[in-house]
Amino acid sequence: MSTSYRETPSLAHGGRGDERPHSRHDGGWAAGDSRSLVRAQTSSGHARRPLLSRQAAERIVTLLAPLFLLLLWEALVQARLLDRRFFPAPSSIVGTFVSLAQTSLAGHIGISLSRAAIGFLIGAVPAILLGVVMGLVPLVRAALQPIVGALFAIPKVAILPLIMLIFGLGEQSKWAIIAIAVFFQVLISTAAGVANIDRIYLDVGRNFGAGRLATFWTIALPGALPLIFAGIRLGWGVSLLLLVTAEMVAAKSGLGYLIWQSWQTFTIEEMYVGLVTIAVLGMLSFWLLDLLEAWLIPWKRSQ
Amino acid sequence: MTPSPAPAPAAAHPRAPKIVVEGLSKRFQARGGPVDALQDIDLVIPNGQFCCVVGPSGCGKTTLLRILAGLEEHTGGRLEMVHADPRRPLTSMVFQEQSIFPWMTVLDNVAYGPRMRGIPDRRSRDQVDYYIDKVGLSQFRRAYPHQLSGGMKQRVSVARAFANAPEILLMDEPFAALDEQNKSLLQEELLRIWEESRNTVLFITHSIDEALILGDRVLVMTARPGTLKADIPIPFERPRQAYELRSTPAFGELSFAVWSQLRDEVMRARAAEGVAP
Repeated sequence: MSTSYRETPSLAHGGRGDERPHSRHDGGWAAGDSRSLVRAQTSSGHARRPLLSRQAAERIVTLLAPLFLLLLWEALVQARLLDRRFFPAPSSIVGTFVSLAQTSLAGHIGISLSRAAIGFLIGAVPAILLGVVMGLVPLVRAALQPIVGALFAIPKVAILPLIMLIFGLGEQSKWAIIAIAVFFQVLISTAAGVANIDRIYLDVGRNFGAGRLATFWTIALPGALPLIFAGIRLGWGVSLLLLVTAEMVAAKSGLGYLIWQSWQTFTIEEMYVGLVTIAVLGMLSFWLLDLLEAWLIPWKRSQ
Repeated sequence: MTPSPAPAPAAAHPRAPKIVVEGLSKRFQARGGPVDALQDIDLVIPNGQFCCVVGPSGCGKTTLLRILAGLEEHTGGRLEMVHADPRRPLTSMVFQEQSIFPWMTVLDNVAYGPRMRGIPDRRSRDQVDYYIDKVGLSQFRRAYPHQLSGGMKQRVSVARAFANAPEILLMDEPFAALDEQNKSLLQEELLRIWEESRNTVLFITHSIDEALILGDRVLVMTARPGTLKADIPIPFERPRQAYELRSTPAFGELSFAVWSQLRDEVMRARAAEGVAP
């Protein structure tokens, strides 16, 4: 049973990467860029010290790069080098965004977020509890591991039709599919986290007379929390994915619906508004998860 | 090979027996067949004695301690520990490796024992603060272990054990991983703290110097299977000054006496390691 921090889904990569350019995923080339910028300034001979510190240079490059890309996009569309039917100009997308924001966008965002959050909670909470038990009790682990392993391997999208059959086309089916996906993700991480707790901490607990409940609260749960959180991060990525899928298949609201409907009515600007909104929500939610992690796991904070 | 008789130290320390071990043995089921870690150990430790155990690596010292701590079952013989005061825990262990909880502050780590015994914080606070202060970590009460040095972490571990006010302290090479200076400082601190409480202590070490500085008595264990080979009383007066003690001729003589017992066992353990596949 192995879960690692690196196996973050693409959404997590994008979200975290865009927002924290110094993270290890994309720190490499960002740092390289800024270094050459600084070196160019020093070698020109006008200044002994670089005008910008390396961090400042990196930050400016981080801000300017996407802006440059947007300007390029706009220019290419205006010059009719890009087909505006598929790649509408950023300015027109902004216009659509403003008009949608005044009408239905907030509703779509609200319903999508509530589906993701409710499904996520229904899946994550029991997964943490069961995962700790699996990690602590070898017999339970032996019984559940093969089942969990087999079920985890099924792509969750594949059971969406079955879920809709069972739960209908309403909210319940969205909660259910998200909950199922999150459940397995968090369960596996939690069980691995607890099973990997250094034996010595359990020995300390026994020697100091910690009962079962105390062992859970003072050792198993906090000891596994870093890995549990890795599972939560992965699970949240999966829930966003399934949210959009489920809303595309059977919904009359939500961001997935917005994107799907704009395909059917060929309102490409609205589709882009949906895409951008989901991207921003993804970024914001992963940023919130970062904050939550720092608050919940203060001992992981770097010195 | 006969284990050393128990009566001798009992006569030297006319206090009530706290730990009585008779014919204790421990057999592990390993892949290549059963392995005898401990064989036929006889031992009586009187109340309030600071007893040190030295022996070659892998001789089962830690296993003996873990059995006393209730972390392992013995497979033969008898073990009796006198639990005099039901309000106090019988044993608390200081482990060799990093064992303080990384997810708790220094304060929460030290308060762990009383909390697990259901004592409200307001009643244990003085005791907890006292030992945090004793090991010199008052300014780090709210710090997490990753902010502390190795020596400070082991201080927390020692404070955690003392704050639990056990009748018997079990210490498994607690200073083995520390550098010389830190080790000396912690030995002195340990002596100061222990002088006040005078719990019964079983202290495992591979350092003869440490055993002589700290203990009332040194037990020498044989190579695996571990049995007791020698039982040497340490007559130095308390309170002790480590650096003065080391310069006395008696310290050198005792050191030599323990080493001459231990040397053969270390050689045997080495040979066994070399032969083993």
